Amino acid sequence: MSRVEVKKTYKLYVGGAFPRSESGRSYEVADSKGRFLANAALGSRKDARDAVVAARKAQAGWAGATAYNRGQVLYRVAEVMESRKAQFVEEVRAAEGLNPTRAAAAVDAAIDRWVWYAGWSDKFTQVLGGLNPVAGPYFNISAPEPTGVVAVLAPQSSSLLGLVSVVAPVIVSGNTAVVVTSFNRPIPAITLAEALATSDVPGGVVNLVTGNPAEMAPWLASHRDVNAIDLTGVADTDIAWAELERAAADNLKRVRRPLIVDGSAVEPDWTLSPGLSRIESYLETKTVWHPKGK
Amino acid sequence: MTKFEYAPAPESRAVVDLKPSYGLFINGQFVDGTGTSFKTISPATEEVLAEVAEASAADVDAAVKAARAAYTRVWSKLSGADRGKYLFRIARILQERAREFAVLETLDNGKPIKESRDVDVPIAAAHFFYHAGWADKLDYASLGPNPRPHGVVGQIIPWNFPMLMLAWKIAPALATGNTVVLKPAETTPLTALLFAEVCQQADLPPGVVNVVTGAGVTGQAIVDHPGIDKIAFTGSTGVGKAIARAIAGTPKKATLELGGKAANIIFDDAPIDQAVEGIINGIFFNQGHVCCAGSRLLVQESIADEVDRRLKRRLQTLRVGDPLDKNTDVGAINSRAQLDRITSLVAAGEAEGAERWDTGCPLPEKGFWFRPTVFTGVSQTHRIAQEEIFGPVVSVLTFRTPSEAVAKANNTPYGLSAGIWTEKGSRILWMADQMRAGVVWANTFNKFDPTSPFGGYKESGYGREGGRHGLAAYVTTGEGA
Repeated sequence: MSRVEVKKTYKLYVGGAFPRSESGRSYEVADSKGRFLANAALGSRKDARDAVVAARKAQAGWAGATAYNRGQVLYRVAEVMESRKAQFVEEVRAAEGLNPTRAAAAVDAAIDRWVWYAGWSDKFTQVLGGLNPVAGPYFNISAPEPTGVVAVLAPQSSSLLGLVSVVAPVIVSGNTAVVVTSFNRPIPAITLAEALATSDVPGGVVNLVTGNPAEMAPWLASHRDVNAIDLTGVADTDIAWAELERAAADNLKRVRRPLIVDGSAVEPDWTLSPGLSRIESYLETKTVWHPKGK
Repeated sequence: MTKFEYAPAPESRAVVDLKPSYGLFINGQFVDGTGTSFKTISPATEEVLAEVAEASAADVDAAVKAARAAYTRVWSKLSGADRGKYLFRIARILQERAREFAVLETLDNGKPIKESRDVDVPIAAAHFFYHAGWADKLDYASLGPNPRPHGVVGQIIPWNFPMLMLAWKIAPALATGNTVVLKPAETTPLTALLFAEVCQQADLPPGVVNVVTGAGVTGQAIVDHPGIDKIAFTGSTGVGKAIARAIAGTPKKATLELGGKAANIIFDDAPIDQAVEGIINGIFFNQGHVCCAGSRLLVQESIADEVDRRLKRRLQTLRVGDPLDKNTDVGAINSRAQLDRITSLVAAGEAEGAERWDTGCPLPEKGFWFRPTVFTGVSQTHRIAQEEIFGPVVSVLTFRTPSEAVAKANNTPYGLSAGIWTEKGSRILWMADQMRAGVVWANTFNKFDPTSPFGGYKESGYGREGGRHGLAAYVTTGEGA
């Protein structure tokens, strides 16, 4: 007789812990063919707000870690994902309906994306900052710093590669993230949370909330203790992202708009080379002056 | 001993040729607006300087169309090197006509001639000179692959540094290949209109720079115009938020340089005399009409009494009065409306229990004036510690430890600038790291340079102006995933 499988309960990832939704709600997640996969936690407004609190608490420590250290932690995520690759491939295949080869390619690209961003941790400061030759006897230098807590609406379609592509550039510079995962394809995100939890990523640096972005996004967009918001995940949803951008103006959040093609929000092609743009979206330039003199 | 008084040392107005009325500058020509007109006055004397056209929505539309045509037909086809040469020309003409610009700025704005002459106008010229050199080097600016202009940029600038803000806005926009519709503030339109003449003298192609004068309604027409690709705004946080809401969901980009409530932090090992000069420069420069002004003075408790004594003694030597007098330190408040705002916030400071002191100096009978004012006994919750006064008023708070100074300095929704005064190098660097502010001045204050990026954190806005960073706001690039 075949063994009865032990099935996992899928929960949120907030502050380094795996709580259920405070609302006690869950929703059915199906695979690409509509077959039942699991019950995922249906995150609520309060879960999103709890995640912001956790992200804020973790932010100073993460930003204060050395760039070398952050780079090693991000690289460690790639290592841990590599060792669980078969699981990721199976989950991406089920979620996105890809054939095994293409699912494996997506997972490979997601792992490699962590490696790409890991290497940036101690380089973007030099590339984006520098000494300013002011017309006077002053030492004058500009350097980028993390903006703080970033809310991320993760892409709906690309459940792992897309997710990694939006989260890694947020945290590499010392920001912390509150991520609303793909509504219909949350399982790879939850497994990513398990990888993050075992990769020396401090609790609260990445918080993953499964559930309906249409329900949680307005609260994150208007939240006064969120410094920036990434609207990438509105593509292929009915979410009126202009309303989110308008709400974000209440505390002048930095807004990363979705990619617009022919007037509509579309999900980017995640197989393209990432560039620096996403890192730059969540940075502030600080300029420091000091007189020179004998 | 007899006290020697200063003799009057007025700068001559003869260099300025004021016209009785000014039109709008659209497509390279001065044209009559279709709206009404308004008067611009000297805030030091309340004398009417000129009548200025108020641009209507139709006028703004004409300006945007002229800018679009100039962009499509001329400016986007020029080489970067040729764009740069126009900017070099403009820089040179500004230098040649520097005294004229300085006197006109002081007349219209009320700021001391020594500031318009030594700060505003020379740095404005320097901005054009600096950006001229970028025009043919954008591929080397690390802006991303294939940097391209947005198209037509709407620029709305404030009254505190009219000419300097114009330069901060127009120079990078033109260097990167955009064309411009610029609105100066309603109380200070004259130097922008004189700049339009400079564009003519430089043979800048018509429509590349358009100047539409007016107030908030004109600004709104620019923001709402569908032909505008990007907004660059300097002004209040309230208006900045309104602009961010107005362009939400549109393809329009924005950079916003907004208000501030900077902490100027004095440690007990600071060189006190220099720090006192820095405090005064920080808050009384330009009558305190400075978004990055050091309006919250944080003094370490052990030296609070000494700083208070020396500051007040030094303040009594400041000369408040005729802005055209070369010895004047503090000029006129820019408008009656601003004077009313300052007066009401100062009244709120007293009502909430802070202790008010001012120099008691004599003030001219006509015009808008406010004595340099110091509030002590200020707590963090007082309105004068939270709200931007935008006038010659400093609120003094104390602290004991560096960590307390950091907590108090960052306890504001703003994040534009900060000052640190200490002789200890490691403390400067640590403090600079802790400040949630875009510009940190250590053992100095209120320094500006075209090569040095300026702009805020948090509700002080987003985007930078100046330096390589300032170019980024004016280009779009190929993007990856």
